[in-house]
Amino acid sequence: MNIKVKYFASLREQIGRSGDYLQVSEPLTAMEVWKQATGREYFPDGLLIALNHEYISDDVLVNDGDEIAFFPPVTGG
Amino acid sequence: MRHIEILETVFDPCQIQKNYQQKSMQGKTGYGATASFIGTMRDFNEGDDVAVMELEHYPEMTEKQLNTIIDIAEDKWPVQNTLIVHRVGEILPGEPIMLVVVWSAHRAAAFDACRYLMEELKHRAPFWKKETLVQGDQRWVEKNTDGHE
Repeated sequence: MNIKVKYFASLREQIGRSGDYLQVSEPLTAMEVWKQATGREYFPDGLLIALNHEYISDDVLVNDGDEIAFFPPVTGG
Repeated sequence: MRHIEILETVFDPCQIQKNYQQKSMQGKTGYGATASFIGTMRDFNEGDDVAVMELEHYPEMTEKQLNTIIDIAEDKWPVQNTLIVHRVGEILPGEPIMLVVVWSAHRAAAFDACRYLMEELKHRAPFWKKETLVQGDQRWVEKNTDGHE
């Protein structure tokens, strides 16, 4: 199973890359994807998560072919 | 009817509104109210002078989220047409950042839907601002100001 991971804005700078590809043998929760991709145990304050461009909570399952994104609070407008 | 545009270069909001209305509302006379909001870059934030701002976004998600908030606005109010334009890239003080225009039969729906769209855009659309201060420091904007301040 392949999962595409993206990071944006200040989080991208902190992690030092704009994304990762994860190869896993079974679906993972968003929290598990975060830990495996970044090697970090905890989320930064205010972190937002999107699965296939929709907001989700950290317990949602991520499946083969999904795109998951982690980013700080949005500041458009 | 709706149109969403993300632009990498400076734009003239009045001209875009005029052109879009001429094209999309041609022959239509059922709208009696047009409400618009233009967000412009300030030269100060959090007590500091800002020289330039870099606006980053997540393109595919931006489009999806903006369509979702227009869907909700159309469910809540009798909106006939919506235009949302948002800048990305390097922006200078005085340049427009966003334009929201709503056409409706009556003013209450136009005003309310326009306000709703711009507040929801600020809460949901994946844009991020990075400021360069006049003295040279760079920082990410951590939160939007309260729209009621």
